[in-house]
Amino acid sequence: MLGSWGRYPPPRHVAERPIAWRDEPLPEARPLLAYGQGRSYGDSCLNDGGALVPTAGLDRFISFEGSLLRCESGVTLGEILSLSVPRGFFLPVVPGTRHVSVGGAIANDIHGKNHHRAGTFGRHVRRLELLRSDGRVECAPGDELFAATVGGLGLTGLITWAELELKPIPGSAMRVEAIPFGGLDEFFALSEESDARCEYTVAWLHVVRSRGIFFRGDHAAGAARPPRRGLIVPFSLPLVIDLTTEAFNKTYFTAQKMGPRSRAEHFEKFFFPLDALAGWNRLYGKRGLLQFQCVVPTKEALQALLQEAPSSPLTVLKKFGELQSPGILSFPRPGFTLALDVPNRGAETYALYLRLENIAVEAGGAIYPAKDARMAPKSFARSYPRRGEFERHIDPAFSSSFWRRVAR
Amino acid sequence: MKVLVLGATSAIAQAAARVWAARGAELFLVGRNSERLGAVADDLRARGGKALTLAQDLNDEKQHEPLIENALQAMGAIDVVLVAQGLLGDPAGRDEDPAAAELILRTNLVAPVRLLTLLAPRMQPGACIAAISSTSGDRGRAQVGVYGASKAGLDSFLSALRQRLSRRGVRVLTVKPGFVHTPMTAQRKKHALYTSPAVIGRGIVRAVDRGRDVVYLPWYWRVILLIVRLIPETVFKRLSF
Repeated sequence: MLGSWGRYPPPRHVAERPIAWRDEPLPEARPLLAYGQGRSYGDSCLNDGGALVPTAGLDRFISFEGSLLRCESGVTLGEILSLSVPRGFFLPVVPGTRHVSVGGAIANDIHGKNHHRAGTFGRHVRRLELLRSDGRVECAPGDELFAATVGGLGLTGLITWAELELKPIPGSAMRVEAIPFGGLDEFFALSEESDARCEYTVAWLHVVRSRGIFFRGDHAAGAARPPRRGLIVPFSLPLVIDLTTEAFNKTYFTAQKMGPRSRAEHFEKFFFPLDALAGWNRLYGKRGLLQFQCVVPTKEALQALLQEAPSSPLTVLKKFGELQSPGILSFPRPGFTLALDVPNRGAETYALYLRLENIAVEAGGAIYPAKDARMAPKSFARSYPRRGEFERHIDPAFSSSFWRRVAR
Repeated sequence: MKVLVLGATSAIAQAAARVWAARGAELFLVGRNSERLGAVADDLRARGGKALTLAQDLNDEKQHEPLIENALQAMGAIDVVLVAQGLLGDPAGRDEDPAAAELILRTNLVAPVRLLTLLAPRMQPGACIAAISSTSGDRGRAQVGVYGASKAGLDSFLSALRQRLSRRGVRVLTVKPGFVHTPMTAQRKKHALYTSPAVIGRGIVRAVDRGRDVVYLPWYWRVILLIVRLIPETVFKRLSF
C-alpha cells in the first residue's frame, strides 16, 4: 500500500487508480488525490477513505529545447537531471532528494539551498496543464488557478504536464565549502556573508552541543565523479536511531571539521546525500518519524525553537530570502527555516511537536504542509491567511487527509 | 542502432526504448493509439533518440507485410526487433468467454508468430529478435490462464526460431519478466516481488548487448521458476498462487 515518507500516519485509502497517459480521463472514484513519489512526510499525500492516483506512469519528456523543458508530472527531478546535466542545464531549484516528482515539486512549491537566489520551484514553472473533474485547463503565471495550483497540495486537480525553465551550468561539479561554527551568532554571520556571494547555503546543526557545519557551494566547471550507490535499508530497524543519534552527530561533526574545508564534489553528493541510503526512513522503525519544519521571521523565535528542539540526526537550518513565493498556499516566506526529524514515540513526540508548532506559529511563522502530520487547524488558519482565496479553486473531486484535518 | 518496437506503448517497451534512445538509436514505433505513440516518440526524441511512428493494430494481420516493408524502407535495416505487445485479460473474462481467450492468444501468440515469420528472413547477421514472454509461460496456473498458455506457445516458437536462425548469426532473445508495475497489472494486488518497468527495460537492453538467449528479469525469477517447475503435479493442482 502506498504511504508517506514518514510512515505516520498509516495510509487508509480504499483504492489506487494509476494514470499513465495524458489523454486518460480522471478515475471515477471520489475523492481523488494525485500521488507522485510519496516523499511528503505526513498526510498531505494521503487520502483516507478515498483514492490515490499514482502518477509514476506519467513519466515522459515532451520537449527539451534550449533551457525550456516540458515533461509529464510523474517525471522525477532525478530523471530530469540525468537528461539535462550532460547537456549543461540544471533545475533552478532542487530539494534534499532527487526522488520527487515534478507534480509534487509544484504542488508543494518546494524550496532548496538557493532560496535566497532563486526563490521556490514554482517561480520557474512557465506553464502547466490540470486535469480537473470539469475538464482540462492550461494555466500560466498570472492566472489565479496557477497561483492556487503552485503550493496547492494537489487539491486543484491533477497536474498532467508542466514546462520548466532550467538554468545553464558549467559542469556537473560543485565547489563546496564546509565551515564548522559554534552558536547561532556565528551562523547568522556566516549566513549573511555567504548568501551574498554563494548560490547555495545551508547549515547542519548539532543542537545539544550548539554547534554545526555551514555548507556553501556553487556550480563549477568539470565533471566530478558521481557518488556510489547501492546501500539500501531493507526493513524496519527501530532501535538504530535511538541508539546512534548522538554518536552520529559527534562523528559527522568531527568528520566534517577534519575534512577539507574546501572541495570539489559531484552535485548529487552536495544536494542529495541521503539518497545514497535508499529507504533511510526505515531506520525509524515501523511507527515512523515526524519531521518538523517551520519558518520563523525572527532570530529570537529561532532561538526559542532551538531551546525546545530535541536531538536529531538531521537538523537543518537555512535563511530564506525575500523572493516572493508564487503560490497562494506556498510555505516559504522571509525568515529562518528549521527542519528536524524525530522518531515517532507517540504522545511525548506529539507533545513536543505541539510545543514547537506553538512557538513557530505564535512568532508569526508557519509549518510546512509537506512535512506535517500534526498541525492544528487553528495553526494552519493563522499561518496560511489566504486559505479562503485558495478554497475557491479546489476541485470538488479532490481532497486529501491533510486538508480534511487542517481545514476544518 | 535501428530498432523496431512492436507494441511500443507498453510500459516495458517504453523503458527499453529509453535506454536505446539515450544511446542515439533510431526507433520505429508501432502501436494502436496514435496519440500515445506520439507521446512515446516525443519522449524518446527528448532523450536523444530518433523516432518514427506507425499507428497500427498488430492483430490486423493484413497489415503485417506492409508494416514490415514500411519499417525496412524507413530505416534501411533492422538491428533489433522488440516484440512487446501483450494482453493479460481479467480472470473472469478469459476463463469463461472463449472470445476473450482467443483475443489473448491472437495478441500474445498468433500476431508475434506471424510477424516474426515474416521478419526472420529479412534480418541481417548480427541482428537480434527480442520478444517479451513471461514467467507465466513456464507452468500453467489458474491465475494466469490463457495468458500463460499464450506465453508458453511463444517460448516454444522462439526456441525453434533461435535454432533456425543461429546458423545465420541472427540472435533470438526470450525475455521473461516476473511481476512488473505496469498498466497491465494495475488492478492486481501488489507485493514485494513487483519491480519497475525501468528495471526490466535496462535488463532487456543488457541482454541484447550480451547476446543472451533466455533472460529472467530480475534474475531471481529463474530460481523461483525452477522450483515451481519441480513441484509434482499432484501437489501443484491444489495450490492457489
